[in-house]
Amino acid sequence: MQMKLFIPNLLANDEAGFWFPPQGSTVAESVDSVYFFILYVCTFFFVLIVGLMVLFMIKYRHRPGVEAQKTATHNLTLELSWSVIPTLLTIVMFWVGFTSYLDMRTPPSSAYEIDVVAKKWVWAFKYPNGWIESELHVPKGENVTLTMASDDVLHSLWVPAFRTKMDVVPGRYTQLWFNATKAGEYHLMCAEYCGQKHSQMITKVVVHETRGDFDKWLKIASDIHKNKTPVEAGEYFYKTRGCIQCHTLDGIPKNGPSFKGLFGKERKFTDGSSVVADANYIRTSILEPQAKIVNGFRPIMPTFKGQLTDEDITAIIAFIKSQK
Amino acid sequence: MATVVDSSDPKSNYPIQYRELNYLNCSKGWKSWFFTLDHKRIGIMYLMGVTVSFFLGGLFAMLLRTELLSPAKILMGPDTYNQMFTLHGAIMTFLVIIPGVPAAIGNIILPVMLGAKDVAFPRMNLGSFYLWMFGATFFLAALVIGGLDTGWTFYTPYSVRENNASIIAALLGVFVLGFSSIFTGLNFIVTIHTMRPPGMTWFKMPLFLWALYATALIQILATPVLGITGLLLIVENVFRIGIFDPSLGGDPVLFQHFFWFYSHPAVYVMILPAMGVISEVIAVHSRKHIFGYRFIAYSSIAIAIFGFLVWGHHMFVSGQSKVVAVIFSAITFSVSIPSAIKVFNWLTTMYKGSIRFTTAMCYGLSFLFIFAIGGLTGLFLATLATDVHLHDTYFVVAHFHYVMMGSSLMGLFAAVHHWWPKISGKMFSEFWGRIACLGVFLGFNLTFFPQFMLGTRGMPRRYYTYLPEFQELHVLSSMGAYLLGISSALMVATLVYSIYRGKKAPANPWGGASLEWQCSSPPPHNNFDHPPLAGDPYVMESVVYNEEIGGFVPAECQGDNNGSGTAAGEKEV
Repeated sequence: MQMKLFIPNLLANDEAGFWFPPQGSTVAESVDSVYFFILYVCTFFFVLIVGLMVLFMIKYRHRPGVEAQKTATHNLTLELSWSVIPTLLTIVMFWVGFTSYLDMRTPPSSAYEIDVVAKKWVWAFKYPNGWIESELHVPKGENVTLTMASDDVLHSLWVPAFRTKMDVVPGRYTQLWFNATKAGEYHLMCAEYCGQKHSQMITKVVVHETRGDFDKWLKIASDIHKNKTPVEAGEYFYKTRGCIQCHTLDGIPKNGPSFKGLFGKERKFTDGSSVVADANYIRTSILEPQAKIVNGFRPIMPTFKGQLTDEDITAIIAFIKSQK
Repeated sequence: MATVVDSSDPKSNYPIQYRELNYLNCSKGWKSWFFTLDHKRIGIMYLMGVTVSFFLGGLFAMLLRTELLSPAKILMGPDTYNQMFTLHGAIMTFLVIIPGVPAAIGNIILPVMLGAKDVAFPRMNLGSFYLWMFGATFFLAALVIGGLDTGWTFYTPYSVRENNASIIAALLGVFVLGFSSIFTGLNFIVTIHTMRPPGMTWFKMPLFLWALYATALIQILATPVLGITGLLLIVENVFRIGIFDPSLGGDPVLFQHFFWFYSHPAVYVMILPAMGVISEVIAVHSRKHIFGYRFIAYSSIAIAIFGFLVWGHHMFVSGQSKVVAVIFSAITFSVSIPSAIKVFNWLTTMYKGSIRFTTAMCYGLSFLFIFAIGGLTGLFLATLATDVHLHDTYFVVAHFHYVMMGSSLMGLFAAVHHWWPKISGKMFSEFWGRIACLGVFLGFNLTFFPQFMLGTRGMPRRYYTYLPEFQELHVLSSMGAYLLGISSALMVATLVYSIYRGKKAPANPWGGASLEWQCSSPPPHNNFDHPPLAGDPYVMESVVYNEEIGGFVPAECQGDNNGSGTAAGEKEV
């Protein structure tokens, strides 16, 4: 913030478009200020280096009859000055980067807390009332802390508009906080390589204008079974909880079997057994996906135990049943 | 200009007893190459291996860039894409850039520059080449088995899984290649310590040797850690002990520490030798004494030392503690200072020189331009606040290609052109060499500059598909990649053509004052019959142009031709 006082920040404003997406959080401004400070210093040195190089290339190009002139082979003052001046500049860079980093990485004492679970290749955001959503909804102007865990491999949660990023590491919790400054929708993506559909592990952050709007959204969203039919609710879960990444509705299998015509069909497993796909089979497949693997597929589906209620699973079964 | 008859050419009608013998024609047959102990022949074999690997890795890069022309599928699905960028990275890092300048060029030039007959341990030298071949076959095996999609960084726990023969093959390859690298480094250290000729004190060594010495220090100190890390990951994969995999109680971040403890110093294994090459090329082709010799020499050592203390800057968002991140950020900046010193010293070397735009010099100047961008963009990544945003984006991809590909390989290309007359005994076409250099320079910048913008705007790396707003920049980048590929092929074609049709090279075509220019081109099998007396390697006035020979000769031998001391060595096309 204070950077703006002494650095001519021509581009670091809300519409900074050439380098950055619009600023969406309280830390974005200071990150951009640091960026532009370094950019100006670098531009100066780049122009200096390449300018001198081109000047020397023209002025001292080889011409017949003109030999190179003997000049001093070292000059302590000169060499010390181009060691010390860059050192001082890098100390400034370190300092502004460091103070801004501390702001970014020190979660405020009171914040709205959301739990995040990342898994191949879907995000799950768990709100304080227990509702799980694959999009991140937050109110504007309020501190939000994300406590993140991974079910499988490394992921990294990145919201470019918020200028903040943190790896999601299996076996430990990592934390990220921000305070959104502008209502709207932003991209949220996985930045740490996590396999086949890494590049599709993108969702959005929806910033609500007021806390009231946000609370209203959360209430409607979590009352899904009252507001929607089971098939509609099942479709919602199908689209938002990651099923859609691997299970199609058009009969063409991807990483998992297609849901089209699945219900009531006989399933053959890798261990030789078989069963007719009924409600219990689907329920087991969601909660213990590794228990039975259908022939021709790999055991890669993560469990959804604790992330879907019995009512949610019933809705999903109704949805699969409707895919004839 | 008098024509120089190539007496070493077997087709020439010189009687055998007058034929000039050199290391290339002194013995024949495949055994004379595969069992050779001659550092120059080993270097040539390395150079060929590196070239083949470069084009294989480059072919993968072209295919990747083609796929990225559009967010939709063009050539391949996501699985193939992931495997291809893994192989591109692994091949370019372990088979091209790391052995590129030190093992290939260093092997050929280092002993000649020292006025020595060979390196200290010729058998170990051949052994290191065989290890390189052996390691490369493991990589080929990983390629053939398929399924290696971890990225060249092998991050856990993604790289710990069942049915993973290709991961184990690649890790074994890395392990074996590590020994190859250690052998080369050890050889160079001992050679430089014990085999300097009379008159060559430490501070009379050409700066290329200082750079190779600093590189060798890193090679023998850091590479064992990579070997151990690779072995631990193999053990984890096979026996599931729980070192790195959290589902077995391991720590995935520990792997990152181990990996970068080697792999960050390794980037200096890639860039330091290239910097050494540039110190030679700029001085020789500007006909000037290098400026600030001691500062350049010390800065190589400083980079090698600081390089060991900064690995944590690859992990600012990995979940390591804030305090650790702050310390690593502070130390990281210290690496930028020696690099800045070198750049300013090279520039000052050109001051009041007589600059000849030979192909080698063109690559040298391209290096300065590209390294300026590559080095300066590193500051954004060393700064904590900006790194959090830029980490794992195309900005990082652009930055390390500017340093690793742009600078290291530009250094390798400069080295190949600078010493090509010495290595092959032939002059290549400067015209086509410069055209290729222009293409490489433009293609490179067109490929990677747009990637800085992609990164700041929000494009993560290792993405098979992307948001539609990034397409224009991706298309620009791909066009650059094609130009870069074609130009590199032109460069190699020009050099290969010169072997068959090139003019015979004089001993000292550019006017270098270091020892390698004192022996004939190509050097005889033993380089020097007696250790030559070494003076200051940067007193360019010690050699003057001789029109009859078409190259430079020692000033005291010039005699009556003194009047023709105006060089016109760049006239041949």
